Amino acid sequence: MALTGLFLCTFLLVHLIGNLQLFKADGGMAFNVYAVFMTTNPLIKFTSYGLYAIIIFHAFWGLYLVSENKKARPVAYAMVDGKANSQWTSRWMGVLGTIILAFIVMHMAGFWAKYKFGEVPYVQYERNIVDGSMTYGPSAPIESKKEQFVSAETGMEYTIVKDLYTEVAVAFKEWWIVLLYVLAMAAVSFHLVHGFSSAFQTLGVHHSKYNGLIKFVGIWVFGIIVPILFAAMPVYFFIQ
Amino acid sequence: MKITLKVWRQKNTNTSGQFETYKLDHVSEDMSFLEMFDVLNEQLINEGKEPVVFDHDCREGICGMCSMYINGRPHGPKHGVTTCQLHMRSFKDGDIIVVEPWRAAAFPVLKDLSVDRSSFDRIMSAGGFVSVNAGNAQDANNLPIGKEIADEAFMSAACIGCGACVAACKNASAMLFVSAKVSQLALLPQGQPEAKRRAIAMVNQMDAEGFGACTNTGACSAECPKEISLSNIARLNREYLSASFTAQVD
Ligand code: HEM
Ligand code: SF4
Ligand code: FES
Repeated sequence: MALTGLFLCTFLLVHLIGNLQLFKADGGMAFNVYAVFMTTNPLIKFTSYGLYAIIIFHAFWGLYLVSENKKARPVAYAMVDGKANSQWTSRWMGVLGTIILAFIVMHMAGFWAKYKFGEVPYVQYERNIVDGSMTYGPSAPIESKKEQFVSAETGMEYTIVKDLYTEVAVAFKEWWIVLLYVLAMAAVSFHLVHGFSSAFQTLGVHHSKYNGLIKFVGIWVFGIIVPILFAAMPVYFFIQ
Repeated sequence: MKITLKVWRQKNTNTSGQFETYKLDHVSEDMSFLEMFDVLNEQLINEGKEPVVFDHDCREGICGMCSMYINGRPHGPKHGVTTCQLHMRSFKDGDIIVVEPWRAAAFPVLKDLSVDRSSFDRIMSAGGFVSVNAGNAQDANNLPIGKEIADEAFMSAACIGCGACVAACKNASAMLFVSAKVSQLALLPQGQPEAKRRAIAMVNQMDAEGFGACTNTGACSAECPKEISLSNIARLNREYLSASFTAQVD
């Protein structure tokens, strides 16, 4: 659980940094080019299959643990004062994880599956090489995933890619999708407020010198900054 | 004070139990929780009823027998005390107090509030000892051990085997107990020769007894009457991890 959990934490960071390109005011060019890279680069493809396996392993092993641990107390207490001795996040890991799993399935069906197998229109960016000014508009579908070339006659750089950016922007105009995303990020936050430091304890890393740092990163980086930046994306498109 | 008790009554391991409600009208706030139960039992005997069975021995917080799960917490509302050290002044006049036995598959109820904790004994028999004859007490400086290490080993050795950690844990995990028992030896030179074998054998026995797995909620340490630290669990994880990679198999 600890190793897969920490791997997923690293994935979250990478995924976040990539997606921050959504905030770039370039009509989605950087993001769309990045999406091509992420779906074609062999190393990334290899890693992503590992990632799917790890998510599945983490989720099912975690839920198996929860059910085995339930069996260790066949007769329940009539009265439990849980808040007297532990954080609720630590007691609700299975539920928080299940919310995240449901979200991942929905998220993949919405964007990843559509991008790979569905109909996503193409966009063409025309960037003036001299002054950097840019225009863009719909393009006819192309054979390859990306075409990029410079024309000496017009002094323009042309880029044609699938327009995932607009898919994202349109989806996040739906209030209920935005709400689902924000709630899922809250679940990620609470899962990691406990999970990140818990993983170190599981691996035996517990030392007065480092405990503070681990707690700090768990709460501030994975519990607050990462989920808020992720949640900012749907909110940004919604209010735009 | 007037106290209403809801006490778990169970005939034996194989029957299911139920709560019975008892009223006590003259409880002194200076009584310990167990003395209050003595009063209850006298009252029950006078009424011709069967007294409540509960475990106790030293009544001074060192034997670890007095297992009672009080108002949703092992050993009641106070921090770092056993039930025998809990006093009625921690409650208010008119309170309703719910008392249950430790609940875990590995701690079957024997009768009423008394549970069978021999699973702990079997974990100890699996490796919680040093096989060599340690001889008489040595000269203090014969075996140099850093003060902070000696202190840490001593704090681990403070575990009284009460089982409150298991009772408090939502997974009924025995990790805090086992980690304290592994640590008290792993920290000292006398424990080194058998360290790997010990970690593996005790963890295997713990799993075989049906305790749950640790998910680091920290409830154990928060409820431990001897305030055994979670650093022991991290140490057990280290010991077990390295032992499983490097122990010689025979
Ligand atoms: C972005 C996705 C996720 C990340 C970054 C993540 C991270 C973590 C981490 C670091 C831990 C602590 C491991 C330990 O203490 O040893 C953990 C525990 C856990 N995770 Fe996840 N997780 C994610 C998704 C999920 C999903 C989809 C599920 C299940 C449906 C899930 C279920 C669990 C459970 C049940 C635990 C508790 C195990 C324990 O406390 O030891 N997680 N997770
Ligand atoms: S670790 Fe604490 S709670 Fe657990 S058995 Fe030892 S003394 Fe009791
Ligand atoms: S009776 Fe011995 S510790 Fe409470």
